[in-house]
Amino acid sequence: MAAVLKNPGIKRFSDNVAKFWFAMGPFRYLVAAGLMILVPVIMERGYLPEWTLLGYLDGLYGTNILFTTGVWILLALGLNVVVGMAGLLDLGYVAFLMLGAYTTALFTESGSAEQFHFAILNPWLALPIALVVAMLAGVLLGVPTLRLRGDYLAIVTLGFHEIVRQTMNNLEVTNGSRGIFGIPHPSVPVTGELGLDGTPYWQWLLVPAIILAVIMIKHLENSRVGRYWTALREDEVAAAAMGVPVTKMKVLAFVIGASTSGVAGWIYAVKLNYISPNNFPLLQSILVLCAVVIGGLGSIAGAVLGAALVIMLPEIVREASGGAEVFGFDIETGRIAVFGVLLIIVMIFRPGGLLAAKRRRVELMEAGAADMVISEAGPDPDETAAPVGQEPVVTEGDDVRAPSEGGEER
Amino acid sequence: MDCNTGLLGPTFVQGLLLGFIYALIALGYTMVYGVLKLINFAHDAVFMIGGVAAFYVIGQWFGLTDPFTGVGLILVLVAVLVIGGLASSGGAVLLERAAYRPLRKRHAARLSYLISAIGASFFATYLFQQSFLLGPGKRSFPHVMTTEKAFEIFGSRVNNKGVLIIVTVIVCLVLLDRLINQTKTGRSIRALSEDVVAAQLMGVNVTRVIVMTFAIGGFFGGIASALYSLQFGNVVWNMGFIPGVKAFTAAVLGGIGNIRGAMLGGLLLGLIENMSVVCLGNQWSDVVAFVVLPLMLILRPTGILGERIGG
Repeated sequence: MAAVLKNPGIKRFSDNVAKFWFAMGPFRYLVAAGLMILVPVIMERGYLPEWTLLGYLDGLYGTNILFTTGVWILLALGLNVVVGMAGLLDLGYVAFLMLGAYTTALFTESGSAEQFHFAILNPWLALPIALVVAMLAGVLLGVPTLRLRGDYLAIVTLGFHEIVRQTMNNLEVTNGSRGIFGIPHPSVPVTGELGLDGTPYWQWLLVPAIILAVIMIKHLENSRVGRYWTALREDEVAAAAMGVPVTKMKVLAFVIGASTSGVAGWIYAVKLNYISPNNFPLLQSILVLCAVVIGGLGSIAGAVLGAALVIMLPEIVREASGGAEVFGFDIETGRIAVFGVLLIIVMIFRPGGLLAAKRRRVELMEAGAADMVISEAGPDPDETAAPVGQEPVVTEGDDVRAPSEGGEER
Repeated sequence: MDCNTGLLGPTFVQGLLLGFIYALIALGYTMVYGVLKLINFAHDAVFMIGGVAAFYVIGQWFGLTDPFTGVGLILVLVAVLVIGGLASSGGAVLLERAAYRPLRKRHAARLSYLISAIGASFFATYLFQQSFLLGPGKRSFPHVMTTEKAFEIFGSRVNNKGVLIIVTVIVCLVLLDRLINQTKTGRSIRALSEDVVAAQLMGVNVTRVIVMTFAIGGFFGGIASALYSLQFGNVVWNMGFIPGVKAFTAAVLGGIGNIRGAMLGGLLLGLIENMSVVCLGNQWSDVVAFVVLPLMLILRPTGILGERIGG
């Protein structure tokens, strides 16, 4: 496993792909959008061979998996801002998705005749409302938790997920555990095979949202705000001493993070037409975090890859196994167990994630020295041979900076 | 608000019992945190293994499913608890070996441990979901003990299982307190949680102490699991998740890394959660538990008793 990842041929190939990709400049967003619209159509028709692995996900089943993947890419992008960039460990991130989805339901013509609505609006008008509600929830969560450090924040945010979920489950206005059905589709200008009647319909909602989110986060990352977040993540006290507006930046991270999942919630609600508290178990919040960390903290491409892996990999394992059993272990029902093992393996061999952010790579290398106290004594044979994460770091533009001293939080 | 004061007694008793169990599970979280400064996210799986092992050994292998009395009852109960404890302890040691040590060798970042622990937890729980182990449904725990009223307090009954829980947990807590404060192992655990470098310089074998910490925390988790299964009468592959989250909350509430804090936090959380039923009804108890936590943390950002192990 490690040997494969460190293979110079593979590394050169991936470097070249990256170089070609970034050489396209802003056009790469258009290319990405085109791919994200085309590939699912090809997959749906079953044109992809099975050795591509994506070929297993064909037909309506594959389309639904891809839809979930798209929603999760949005979620991972948002959580990446909170955890990867600002360093605030959020274990209840799906709460914002829930709020976005429920807001959409309560502002459109949904449910039975007795269903409570704040207003009955066009589904498109519900989008900004869902966005604002999710962002306000970000403020609501951010402000009281400002004083809390890493692990305390984790449990409070985890509780936040449960609070929101149970509230939706208990309130009359949200129709309790029965959920709300009949949330209307928004109309899109494309009709026919590729529009409302066809299966790729959801792409007209998801693809622009994903591209816009990527552009927004990319710009924030390279702006003063992004550097404030980095400083905050590395050392809060030092950052405050240097004049970083800690309070504002923490709340902003929560708000920006919440915004993508508010949109994701809207898309989720209008695509599926039905939401209930049971669609949002606590496990999902944990899985989004897994997606972000596997992909590579702070890396936008990593967040996309991580979300795709977390959703598609178990399904591909299910399809590819074809009901096979190993020593009585049924791979299809046990795919989450397989996924768990993969999580451990990725963390052992790529502790910074599959596509670790460049800045992070420098930091992880240094973190090793700082965190040595907790590690085993004596030289590690693997470490001396080919240290993980010690690839030469190419810095571009304003990325040039001295490796940080602090390493991970605390 | 209309409060049903008649429920005060029963909810108090129920809260106390659940609180004792939470306290025992919270010890596992807090001890690992004290030594490694990491949340052990796989403790829910460790917890589950204990109950399931007791179910297997007592119910399936020995086929003891009828109620016992007298000395036989005491023997079989001790067996249930010890089997649960040892199995969880073994599980915790395996967990440390598979998901923590390789990362420690590689100086991984803190979040990497979190994810590998989550991976280990997924692996263990979904492995037991497989039909050749436990299967996807609930299995009833061997009925080794009849439920009888033991005594009455505040006008509510406490049955013999409740007495068992209270006695076992108190014995465990006293044992642990002595272990931490009076033995050599306990001293090394305290040393490690205080200052890793200094402990290493004084000749503490870090890896051994970490394994011991996982083993001890797992042991108490397993006992809690056996008690929990006895109380509720069944085992299921995902039984660890809810008690795990609650116990973790309890550990933070009391001050994570602090053993007495875990006990206090567990009891408080169990009582608050169950007694909220009196005024708010059944469905809001989880919300109350999770609202109390941030409120408490705003007042005391490191939990009620702070972050120190031992005490």
